[in-house]
Amino acid sequence: MSADLTEIAAPIAAVPHPPAARGTLRRVYHESAPATWSVLAGRFGIAIGVLVLWEVLARLHVINPFLWSQPTAIAAEFWRTLMDGSLVEDASFTFTATICGFVIGTVSGSAIGLSFWWSTWYAKVMEPFLIVFEGLPKLALAPIVVLALGLGIASKIGMAVALTIVISALTTYSGMRAVDRDLVRLVFSLGATRWQVFSKVILPGTFPAILSAMRINIGLALAGAIVGEFIGSQHGLGRSIDYAGQTYNIALIWSGVFTLSLLSVALYIVTSWLENTLLRRFFHTTTSR
Amino acid sequence: MLELVDVAKTFAPRRGAAVTALAPVSLAIERGTFLTILGPSGCGKSTIFNIIAGLEMPSAGTVTLDGTSILGMSGVVSYMLQKDLLLPWRSIIDNVVLGMEIDRVPRADARARALPLLERYGLGGFEHRYPAELSGGMRQRAALLRTMLCDRDVVLLDEPFAALDAQTRADMQEWLLDVWDDFKKTVIFVTHDVDEAVYLSDEIATMSARPGRIIERRAIELARPRKRSVVTTAPFTAYKEHFLALLHRPVGEALAS
Repeated sequence: MSADLTEIAAPIAAVPHPPAARGTLRRVYHESAPATWSVLAGRFGIAIGVLVLWEVLARLHVINPFLWSQPTAIAAEFWRTLMDGSLVEDASFTFTATICGFVIGTVSGSAIGLSFWWSTWYAKVMEPFLIVFEGLPKLALAPIVVLALGLGIASKIGMAVALTIVISALTTYSGMRAVDRDLVRLVFSLGATRWQVFSKVILPGTFPAILSAMRINIGLALAGAIVGEFIGSQHGLGRSIDYAGQTYNIALIWSGVFTLSLLSVALYIVTSWLENTLLRRFFHTTTSR
Repeated sequence: MLELVDVAKTFAPRRGAAVTALAPVSLAIERGTFLTILGPSGCGKSTIFNIIAGLEMPSAGTVTLDGTSILGMSGVVSYMLQKDLLLPWRSIIDNVVLGMEIDRVPRADARARALPLLERYGLGGFEHRYPAELSGGMRQRAALLRTMLCDRDVVLLDEPFAALDAQTRADMQEWLLDVWDDFKKTVIFVTHDVDEAVYLSDEIATMSARPGRIIERRAIELARPRKRSVVTTAPFTAYKEHFLALLHRPVGEALAS
């Protein structure tokens, strides 16, 4: 055994180092975490740089200020709509539609997903319909939804629901199927009824999947509400942007888009926070996936 | 008494010949006995386990407990697997009382019953912790305690310590003997580890693979309570040699006997 080793090792030891490799000493690459201030400085730098460049190019007429507008005009428009109250009114209309659609879509979608646990026959029969509805470009349904539900908030909620319900159902369904089968068998073998297994194992076991669908759904609900407003509405940020486009008020479009982004980011942060809090409090884990 | 009579399991695939997972097996286990089913992987230990647990139906044969058939019945035995299967969203105490909760024992009563046992079996102070905060050995303790508290006459343990490191595993074996001593239940323990089998059991049923069948049943006459030091004594070593030889016998020879 040891003789074998020396035989193998000897020729390797005899190979001389290549001369070039001998003299070159290189520091081992070691990445350290960047300082917080420098990251923040970089981010602000880029944002301010883009805005300044945009303004300068528009003022020099390198880009057409009528088509592209410019940051100062956008800020002025933002301030005007903020002061006359229309911005807050539109934003709260869109916000209300988004939240209602999000809640209805998530709750009923999760309920549909959970209902599949009760019957394999029912689940198998429903599966293709769910997948077809998921693949369907639901934004194309907007004209029908607006015609059916009218120009008020109901049609915006309807669009938000249409976009979120299937995602919730599918995510819940796959989360439910990922619940450990051995665990389900164990609890059944203890003499549990189907309802006990559902309420003690399946429902809490699927909850993290339901929560992770929420983060996707909040953005989709907002998109649904906006599209509903585009098709026909008297209020909302989507209507305001549509109106601005028809009257060539490009600064107002940008101001609306900017407000939407703020709304979207805020909703996302709140939803993520809610998800993490619920996971920590009820599931004693911080990993959502 | 738990009795298996000519229990067999064959799988009939849609095409091709039927596969015999378990040749007819008969086994009678006295109340309060610690019996180990020892065998290599693929010998059908887990099939026997699943049939006794009521999770699988045999192709032939009967399983009775004190004369009553328990084929495909839940609620007669409680079992535990290599995976702890604790509910991550429940604290240790609420996990341990799961069986009682399913039997609709009021939660306060169930907790009151479980709490002193947690103290006694090395989980004191951890009752309000969650499974993710505990080590593998602690989680297995909680899982075993849950199994014992289900208050069934027969407890099935399918390689419960297989995923633990050697030191923890040795501790858990001693601990299991203490628990068994207190609860006085019939235990059927499944393992492929000879040391574990000899140390724990009153009796060992050794199985061979393909098709799974019991090739020997032998009582382990080592005095109880067993100290850890028993593993270095001559009788222990003799048993160990015997079972190692039995497990590593060529298949043909095993079938001939």
